[in-house]
Formats: sequence, structure tokens, C-alpha cells
Amino acid sequence: MAERRVDGYYVSEATLNASKQELEAQDGTGEQNALSVRNVYKVFGKRPAEVIKRLKAGKKREDLSALGTAAVIDASFDVKKGEIFVVMGLSGSGKSTLIRTLNGLWAPTQGSVVVGGTDISKISDKELRKVRQEKISMVFQHFALLPHRTVLENAAYALEIQGVSKADRTQRAEKVLSLVGLEGWGAKFPSELSGGMQQRVGLARALCAETDILLMDEAFSALDPLIRREMQEQLVVLQAELGKTIVFITHDLNEAMFLGDRIAVMRDGEIVQIGTPDEILTNPANDYVAAFVQDVDRTRVLTAGGVMEPPLAVVTISGGPRNALRTMRDLQVSAAFVVDRRRKYQGIVRDRDVMAQVEKRATDLAAVVRNGIEPVSPDTALNDLFGRAVESPIPLPVVDEDGRLVGALPRVTLLAALGNVPSTTGEFPVVEVAVAPIPEQVVTAALAQSEGETK
Amino acid sequence: MIESFRIPLGDWVEVGLDWITTSFDDFFKFIRTVLIGAYDGIDWVLNAPPFWVAILVFAAIAWWASGWKLGLSTVVGFTVIVGVDQWDNAMESLALVVIATVVAVAISVPLGIWAASSPRVSSIVRPIMDFMQTMPAMVYLVPALVMFRVGIVPGIVATIVFSMAPGVRFTELGIRGVDKEVVEAGHAFGSTPGRILRQIQLPLARPTIMAGVNQVIMLSLSMVVIAGMVGAGGLGRDVVASLTRLDAGLGFEAGIAVVILAIFLDRVTASFGKSRTLAGTKAA
Repeated sequence: MAERRVDGYYVSEATLNASKQELEAQDGTGEQNALSVRNVYKVFGKRPAEVIKRLKAGKKREDLSALGTAAVIDASFDVKKGEIFVVMGLSGSGKSTLIRTLNGLWAPTQGSVVVGGTDISKISDKELRKVRQEKISMVFQHFALLPHRTVLENAAYALEIQGVSKADRTQRAEKVLSLVGLEGWGAKFPSELSGGMQQRVGLARALCAETDILLMDEAFSALDPLIRREMQEQLVVLQAELGKTIVFITHDLNEAMFLGDRIAVMRDGEIVQIGTPDEILTNPANDYVAAFVQDVDRTRVLTAGGVMEPPLAVVTISGGPRNALRTMRDLQVSAAFVVDRRRKYQGIVRDRDVMAQVEKRATDLAAVVRNGIEPVSPDTALNDLFGRAVESPIPLPVVDEDGRLVGALPRVTLLAALGNVPSTTGEFPVVEVAVAPIPEQVVTAALAQSEGETK
Repeated sequence: MIESFRIPLGDWVEVGLDWITTSFDDFFKFIRTVLIGAYDGIDWVLNAPPFWVAILVFAAIAWWASGWKLGLSTVVGFTVIVGVDQWDNAMESLALVVIATVVAVAISVPLGIWAASSPRVSSIVRPIMDFMQTMPAMVYLVPALVMFRVGIVPGIVATIVFSMAPGVRFTELGIRGVDKEVVEAGHAFGSTPGRILRQIQLPLARPTIMAGVNQVIMLSLSMVVIAGMVGAGGLGRDVVASLTRLDAGLGFEAGIAVVILAIFLDRVTASFGKSRTLAGTKAA
């Protein structure tokens, strides 16, 4: 995912190299994909083969309704290990059918589904059950708990089927229940729990199976908005902790954008676009997707790293006040970001302060560096930045996890991101301040004067 | 024209019946022996203890299944049966109902499960069940008589055939009605179909299946009277006797005993269906 975010944005060489290495390491193991779907068709009805033949010949699925209903048409995608892959579409778009082909609840009419190296469309029922026990588990929209069993027994259900001894599975189920925040609820029955808690049991049941892949079919759609939000956040935390591969189905675009590392948008049985939330939002494949993403709360999806500008007004500590002043003059700005030799963010300097230093013949730039502005991380959602952007007199510095300055966020960029229009600030100096810069002639004169004297 | 058009359905049935009785004579003898043995056994258990012991046992069952109110009503009702001198008959009829129900359920529940799992089976079973249930009950008695001779056995067999249909139907309905997602969950975690049936479908369909069993019992009881015509004994014999002798008093006494028995069986089995499903909420 890191490598995609990078595209088109300024990122230091080191960061690029690091993510490249990461990718190569994944390639080295040979199994980068947890799930691989190739040209999958699922047709219900009398003559599925004929329907597929005509679809391939270019017919529309509406014209073939007499022969059968094509729920999934030519779906192909890979789900990488450890990513949250969201399939999003309205009801009837075939997303629920698609997810059911991933664990063989529906056999695809045509095409292959490879789960952890096994093509499940080619194996016996017995082997398929084994794959389901060991590799892929599922969370359901309406929880699908066994109402006649306690919460603990429900959570341990997968283990029971795997043949784990009662003492062992009870212990493991209790551990997972506390992981999802249901400690002490084990003896209750599902009907005594609220919807959100029931779905936690559903999640616990799937986690308890200790499979690498988790299928979630509209898992949070039946919950209240507040609970849904809470569950989404918890899922992200759990995923980071446990490193599961998650395929998440939803009709809620905001949910898709919040959870998804990548999103597949489905319409009428076909996948119309696959991409990161940023890509889908800023570069929709067609009018349908564009219309769909219109209502998205962009501020929650777009991140500082996604919309930031390259920082132009950057000066180095070691360059000293004279260099700094010259840079600011050339760019016509009244302030600049200060970094050290490793490009670590140090703070900002104002032209007035630097000029004073120059006039004083001082050589230490560090003396005038101000660090009143807290840098932001590239992962921060725009939603969390408006307040700070308003308070900050200059663009917000964006700093990666190693403290290196990777970008800047002027207010106009924030606004442009909301309207999905290209920000034109790139042509202008990024550090613009309410206070006008010192006129160019004055600065030049000051520089010339100090130059003459130092000579 | 209309005189010449005549489907000899009756002749066919008779020929077929003759063929069946002669070719499968040993089979019918075997069934007869088994049913008589089972019936005698149950009848002995019901009639051996003094009536007040039996009443207390029934009351205890009612109490356990439903509550003290039904327990008390049971004592009162069964005492009335004793009071109108129908106790022995009632116990004979109860034995007939028990054996017929056990056999009918043993056949109909698996048939219902099978029908639920396959649309084709369902489409074959359904019209047969319609036929069995709507055919006037007395019609069964004749072939049953031919096959099993006079006595309790044709009564039991006719009762089984007549009462089976709701067992099949409710079982199929119940299993089809189980939340699809829960069944999917069973599959999704790698459970075998047999295990899903035992651990998910049957438990969740239990209320509906129990309603079917309840219907089976009610139909059996309604058949008891008709079975009296072929010498099945019990309350039916007295009802039939009252008909032939125009003895309204005797008919009413036997009839009220049937009613009391019916209410008892209905309430007890109905609460069996409920108590299991409420187990969850009760535990709160």
C-alpha cells in the first residue's frame, strides 16, 4: 500500500527504497496474495453456460434474464496478505454472491478462486471443509449465531468443528472474547446481547478459528451508526494487531473508504474499479463511480500524505542565515521550513528574524528557529487538520515517522482537496504568510552589505 | 357415451391389494406381531398400576412440562374419566395413540428432513401427503383390515397413515425456515452437513417440528374413535357401541374422555416445544 500512496508525491529517496525493499521481501516468499480470483462468473438459472457464452460475446445481463441471472460477471482480483480489501456495491450488485464464492458457499460457474495456494473450485467437499476450517472464516451480516448456545460456545464453534478439546477451546474462546471486549459475557445467550455485542461474538467466532483470511459480509450494516463506527475502528486495530487478511463487503462507501486498503467497486455483477480509497475518490473510473463517491465525506478519507504539496521553501540549519535569507528572497516568502542534514524537520524561520541575524553577522540559524507549529503525520485524515490549519500562520509541515519533512499543507490545498479540484499552489511558493515578505530590494541590499563587510 | 366411459379404478385397487396381501403376507405378519407386542407392552404399563398412581404420574408430567395449573387440571380431568368408568378404555386408547405417534414421527420426521434438503423429493412427497391427509380416514380401514385382520393392528396402521402428514410437513417447513445465514455459518466454518443438521437445523426447527408432532398426536386421537369400528378397542369401541345402540349417555361419556385426553396431550406436547426454545431467555 505504501508504494501506491507514494505515486505522484514527493517522497525522499530513502522512503522509496524502503518500500521497494518491502515489496521485494514479499515477492521473495512467493506468496504475496492471500486470495486470487480469476475470471469468476456466477450465474443462477436454467442455462448458466449459455449465459456466460453470450456475456462474453458482449450481451448485457439484462437481456439474458430469461436464461439465468448473472450475479457475478468476470471478476478478477488479488487480495494481498494482511490487507483489508473492500468490495463495495449497492444491493443486487453481486457482492454478497462474490464473497460466497471465496469460501465455496457458492461454487463459481466458471473461473478459479485460489485460497492460500489451493484452487477451491477444483477440490472435493471434504477438502473444501478443511480449507474452511484452516484458512478462511466468515462474519455474517445478521450475526448468524446459534441462538441455543451460549456466547462462549458460539465463539468456540469453529474450534469445536476443528475437533479441539473442550477445555482447550473454552480457554481459547475466552481469550478471543476478551480481545473483542466481551470478557465475562461468555455464559450469556446471544438473545441477551445488543446487536453490536452479538456481532462481536460473530467476530470472536471467526477470529477464534485462527484462519489467515476473514470474510466479512456486510458485517456492520445491521448496527447503529455509532456502534458501527466503534466496530470499524476496533476492526482496524485488531487487523493491525493480528495481521489478518480481510475481505469486507459493504454498501456504505464511507465504511469502504475508512476500512479499505483497496476497494473494488461493483455494479450489476461487474467490478468497475479497483483502487485505493484515494484513487477512487480522486480518479473515478467512470461516471457511476464518480456519482457514487460524490457523497463521501472526503475529509475522513483523504489524508495529509495524499493531498500534501512538495515543500519548496526549505532551508537547512547548516546552510546558515545567509543561505536561508537568499532562498526566501528567491521564492518570495516570509517564512521557511528548517531541516537538518538528514532532512529532519526542525521548525520554521521568519525572514525578519533571519535578516536580523544576517545584519548582526551571526552565523547560527538555529538561534532563530521557531517550533511552535506541531508537524502532522501523512496518515492524518484531513478532518483532523482543519482546526490546526486555521490556527497555524503558515502551511502545516508533514513529517514521516522518522521525523523527515515530506510535504506541506497550505490551507488552499485542504480546500482544493474537498472540491476535488487540482490544487494550483504548486506553482507558487508554498509558504505563504499573512505578513508580507520583506521587499526584495531590502533583502538584497542587506545581503550585499553583509557580504561586502565579511569580505 | 357416459355409461360406456368407466375407469375401473376400484377393480385395480382390489387386484393390487390382493396381490400385495398374498405376496407380502409374511411381512404383514411381522408388522402385526411387532405392533401387537408394542401395544400390549404400553397398555400393560398404563393399566398395571392402580389408577390413582397413574393419575399422579400424569399430573407430575404435566406439572414438569407446563406448570402447577396444568398438573391440577390433569388430576381433575383424569378423575372425571375414572368417574365415568372409562379409565381402562382411555388407557387402551392412549396406548394406541402413543404407539401410532411414535411410529408416525419416526417415519415423518426423517421424511421431512429429506424433503427439506431436496426440492425434487419435496415435490414428490407433498402430493402424497395431501392424498393421505385428505382421503376420508375410514377408507384406510378397509385395506388395513384386509392386510392385518380385525383387531388393534389395522386401527394402529390406519392411524399412522392418517396422522403422518403434518409430521412431514412441519418438519420440512421448520428446517426450511431455519435462518439461512446460520446454516451458512455452519458451512463457512467447515461443518459437515450431518453436523449442521444435528447442531443447527434440528435445534432451530424444534418449535415447528414439535408443533407437527402435536398435530400428529391430535390426528391420532381423532382416529381412535374411527379405529373402534375395526375392533381396535378403547374409547372408540364405546363410541361405536353407543352409535349402534343409540345410547347417547354412553357416547357422551366416552366422548368426554377423548376430549380430556386430547387436551392433556395437546398442552403437554405444546409446552415441550416452547420450553426448549425459551431455555435461552429463561437462563437470564
